[in-house]
Amino acid sequence: MTDPSLQPSRQPWRWAVIVLAVGVLAAAFAYVGGWLTPKRLSSRLIVNELQAGGVHPGFRRNHAKGVCVAGYFESSGAASAYSKASVFAPGRTPIVGRLALPGGNPYAPDSSVPIRSFALRFMLPNGEQWRTGMNSMPVFPVATPQAFYDQLVASQPDPATGKPDPKRVGAFFAAHPEAGPFLAWVKTAKPSASYVTETYEALNAFYFIDAEGKRHAVRWKVTPEANDDAGSGPQAGDPDYLAQDLQKRLAQGPQRWHLRVTLAEPGDPTNDATKVWPSERPSIDAGTLVIENEQAQDSGPCRDINYDPTVLPAGIEISDDPLLPARSSAYAVSYLRRTREEAHFPGAPRANPSSEHPQ
Amino acid sequence: MTSRHASYAGAFHPLARLLHWLMAVLILTMLFVGVGMVSTVSEKHEWLLALHKPLGATIFVLALIRLGVRLRFPPPPLPADMPAIMKFAAHASHWLLYGLMLALPLVGWAMLSAGGYPISLGALHLPPLLPFNGEVFAWLREAHRYLAYLLFFTVLGHMGAALYHGLIRRDGVLESMTFPANAAETVTVEPVIVTRAPEPPTTPSL
Repeated sequence: MTDPSLQPSRQPWRWAVIVLAVGVLAAAFAYVGGWLTPKRLSSRLIVNELQAGGVHPGFRRNHAKGVCVAGYFESSGAASAYSKASVFAPGRTPIVGRLALPGGNPYAPDSSVPIRSFALRFMLPNGEQWRTGMNSMPVFPVATPQAFYDQLVASQPDPATGKPDPKRVGAFFAAHPEAGPFLAWVKTAKPSASYVTETYEALNAFYFIDAEGKRHAVRWKVTPEANDDAGSGPQAGDPDYLAQDLQKRLAQGPQRWHLRVTLAEPGDPTNDATKVWPSERPSIDAGTLVIENEQAQDSGPCRDINYDPTVLPAGIEISDDPLLPARSSAYAVSYLRRTREEAHFPGAPRANPSSEHPQ
Repeated sequence: MTSRHASYAGAFHPLARLLHWLMAVLILTMLFVGVGMVSTVSEKHEWLLALHKPLGATIFVLALIRLGVRLRFPPPPLPADMPAIMKFAAHASHWLLYGLMLALPLVGWAMLSAGGYPISLGALHLPPLLPFNGEVFAWLREAHRYLAYLLFFTVLGHMGAALYHGLIRRDGVLESMTFPANAAETVTVEPVIVTRAPEPPTTPSL
């Protein structure tokens, strides 16, 4: 039983079909992966720009200097009307957090920036987690990942002076009027003498989902109980005064913040972290954040946590803020790069003990 | 005289064919979702990530079912006149594909465990496979990446080979996974190169 159609054929068009089919699929894969468009904004491009000032193996590519903290969140139950997340039912949820400075240099003096950051991971009972990364500023400078990237590029130190070129920075901000509220704030902002006297804002909007499935647009922040920073100022000559201060305060007892959730009204922007919501918006005191102890970040429990703000429990969802997916994507790249360095993965930069630990 | 390949009436079991084409779509989707989600910083990152995990779990379960189907309904033998090296490549790549279909979801699960991430497939939460350890995470994350590249290249080779069978050799191997000419009962193969004229149809005797 032979069939003339089953005769082997070596007509060129048949080979061409095969080569084309395989080639198109391979090219599509390369395109989606970004290999054909190295200039297209990607997670890798953002992290490359963050580490352009030099790679510090094993450290985060941003907020590189920091300290691990641990404690718990004592929920008041007040937010449970707006979110079904179990973390808001009355009771305790354990926390591993991290207090840090923005920037990629793990040895930057604490007085070099007026911003501090607070990242938290809440461990919910059923395997769920809530991760959040907050900053001690009222607004974010820019609204989109592209603008954030452009700001990084514009702020890179000029090789000639070692400082950002004021002309490039000026041109960036002239083209980005949305940065106005941030610039107005940063002009008067001073580096605080303590991590624990700062208010940390999530900046991005999220949705709380209540038990009926209704969505509520929210922003959250933690406000400190300690308020004795006024006038004390950083100690001259000590570049690491924040860690010293934290140790001293924790030796005297746990440090507390209140988790305050602000509810949006219709029309308040959820997709623009450069805009504050009107101050008369209602705010709920969802509970008390209690920090009991701290550990060095190179051996503490926060070291290998990626504080991706899109890791959320049921009852909290991301908003349409375009910064959130970009943070998630870029944090994942940073996390892989630094854990590769810890693992001495072939090809990963190695820490040079003498340069990495100047003290 | 033109030599012809043995005509070949073998066919995969209909269930095997259904699973093959369903998984072909899912696995290609998965590979593109994976490579896209780690690169993009747009809102696509979130929904691709939300799709990736349940899709991986689905592929894992389907691969187990498919392995069972393959053992229960063995595939038709390859044409007898295929060179030994091609037969070896065919068998080796098939087992490699099975291995990767099963390994990639498990490595992904283990990797998220070592990274300390919650492992959610929509509403379902999986327990961690491994303790929290950043260094183990890095090794598994890289294994996930390179095994996925290997899977993609194996799929490309598989597709190229299938088209080679269908367009160049025209030996019925492609049809055994698509629309076999004579799928109903037989998986026997004529073992030699056939150059004879068609035989007169025989009347089945009852």
